Amino acid sequence: MGKTSVGSFLSSTVAIASKDLRSEFRTKEALNASFAFSVVILVLFSFAFDPSSEQLQTISGGLLWVVFSFAGALILNRSFARELQNDCLDALISSPAPTGALFLGKAIANFVLLMIVELASLGVFALFYDSRFGAQLLPIALVIALGTWGITVIGTMFSALTVNLRMREMMLPTLVYPLLIPALMAAMTLTTDLMSGTPIGKDNTIWLRVLIGFDFIYSILSVVFIDVVLVG
Amino acid sequence: MPGDERALEIDRVSKYYGHFPALRDIQLKIEAGSTLALLGRNGAGKTTLLRILAGLSKPSEGTVRVGGSDVREEKTRRRIGVLGHGISLYDELSAIENLKIFATLYGYADPGKRAGEWLERVGLDRVRDGLVREFSRGMRQRLAVARAFLHDPEILLFDEPFTALDDRAIAVLQGLLNGAHSAGRTIIMSTHQLREALVLATHVALIQRGQLAYTGERTQEMLDDPAYLYRTYGEN
Amino acid sequence: MRNKLVFVLCLLAAGILCWQLYNVLLNLPNEKDQGAIYRIVYFHVPAIFTGFIGFFIALGASGMYLGTRNLKYDAFAAAVTEVSLTFATIVLATGMIWGRIIWGIWWTWDARLTTMLVCWLIYAGYLMLRRAIDEPTQRARLSAVVSIFGCTDIMIVWKSIEWWRTQHPAPVLSVRDGGGMAPGMESPIYWNWLALMCLAAVLVIIRMRQENMSREIDSLRRMAHSY
Repeated sequence: MGKTSVGSFLSSTVAIASKDLRSEFRTKEALNASFAFSVVILVLFSFAFDPSSEQLQTISGGLLWVVFSFAGALILNRSFARELQNDCLDALISSPAPTGALFLGKAIANFVLLMIVELASLGVFALFYDSRFGAQLLPIALVIALGTWGITVIGTMFSALTVNLRMREMMLPTLVYPLLIPALMAAMTLTTDLMSGTPIGKDNTIWLRVLIGFDFIYSILSVVFIDVVLVG
Repeated sequence: MPGDERALEIDRVSKYYGHFPALRDIQLKIEAGSTLALLGRNGAGKTTLLRILAGLSKPSEGTVRVGGSDVREEKTRRRIGVLGHGISLYDELSAIENLKIFATLYGYADPGKRAGEWLERVGLDRVRDGLVREFSRGMRQRLAVARAFLHDPEILLFDEPFTALDDRAIAVLQGLLNGAHSAGRTIIMSTHQLREALVLATHVALIQRGQLAYTGERTQEMLDDPAYLYRTYGEN
Repeated sequence: MRNKLVFVLCLLAAGILCWQLYNVLLNLPNEKDQGAIYRIVYFHVPAIFTGFIGFFIALGASGMYLGTRNLKYDAFAAAVTEVSLTFATIVLATGMIWGRIIWGIWWTWDARLTTMLVCWLIYAGYLMLRRAIDEPTQRARLSAVVSIFGCTDIMIVWKSIEWWRTQHPAPVLSVRDGGGMAPGMESPIYWNWLALMCLAAVLVIIRMRQENMSREIDSLRRMAHSY
């Protein structure tokens, strides 16, 4: 791979990512739906347990990631489905842009969209449940970013994989959630620790490693296998 | 073999869906500069073949090469332009944004300039910032044609180019096709519109049940009587 | 030839299982802490081995399919996964019965149990995906990718859950760090494992034949519709 092909890989990635973001910001359909859905789940959770109890701290991580992964499904479902409308996917695949660049571009766009929804819901969560995690804000943001990249990589890959199927909307979560378990488990544990004031230290760095390892392994696997998925 | 550098060679291509052969042993060499009309009934395998030529689908057996390199190679894809059934444009983006994306993917250093030029050529520069969603059908089709021609491809692939187009878009497309032909471009189109296709074609290929039933130059007989081919080489 | 193989394997599996069932139920004494229920381990552990080996074989077959694009490998991967999922179900069921008696609960969110459940969910998704795709070549291609992603995930889950929490008994076999069973009581595990492997092979052969046949039928139907 020469210098120019690295350059064209990057410019294709950026072109795809900015195209997806631009058309989403224009309609805000997926963003709005996903955020509204998150708020509804957060409200519903208040009936599931006593929202003012001490117990809240110990489940806050799990609660947040359930919300995030549900919100993610709404955004990811649209990711490749968006390309079907006018057979855009064909034009992208027949272009000289590597399929890996198409994948990364779409994954980055989904990551940004999901992060926006997540940070907004995190605000709502703090408001509703009087959660004070200001001191740990940066590590929390790091964990959220890592976990979200995990959701996005797997989600974007399976969005491509299921795009031509009937029952696409049902197949995506059925396949994606079980695969996400290690990432979600790690993210939940870390988030709970941070929310209750335990910094990332010797007890829980193992989870940070799991999360980073998960992101790394699946980023590589996805870029390798996306061509098999897209070009029949 | 300087001429061969640009020829499209289809070498013993088969495509199976399970065990069902959608294409069987297609052997065809399309010389640079020729215009091939790909004829055949619905389900004969025209679209499957075009998708393989466009690199959208891999053949189960055989190879498709342009000047010796496979169609899935990056440099080969740069030489091929495709216009399929759909318009391949994003409804939520403007005309210029749509073309800019593809100009970037095709590696143009100044995608904006390239996109602007093509908008002018298809007569859409007046609405360059209008969203495709708000365009009329004809405008969308012209923009789609511009998208396919944008990177000045040597080989143009069209799946049913005339079927969905309105009069003005057909005129634009025919003009561009004639221009491309006289510039020595290779054109391959599948079509039902025998008359329009045969006028443009220099060669014809008839596909039947996934097999090549006839291939050769387009003759005067075919022009006079478009059904001639089907009657002579087709079944029943 | 194939029929003979199926027959012989069946006979072998049935023979060993009957012999070991007799041995386990009537010959071996009760375990001093657990009583009679410990015997379930003779089916639980062999089923785990059979299931996990199957998932790894399916991973290999999926890779082979992507490498060769020969649909035989796809049929093999599908058959092996389906059979392994059955054994995974047996593992979960026998484990739950044992847990109910010894721990007093049907289920606990312990490392090994959770891994098995995740594994079950992933491959159940794989089989659902196969059902959702009609075109055999597309089905083979996409499900091979899912199999590769799934198996990778199992390995990650396995590693990460070990650090998590565990209530499950330590491995019982002496091949791994000493083990916890008396020497004479270990052999039925291996015998039953052999029997279950034979049974699995029989099921895989039969399922593969069905898979190939249904692909044949699908192609004939396509051909009939195309003319």
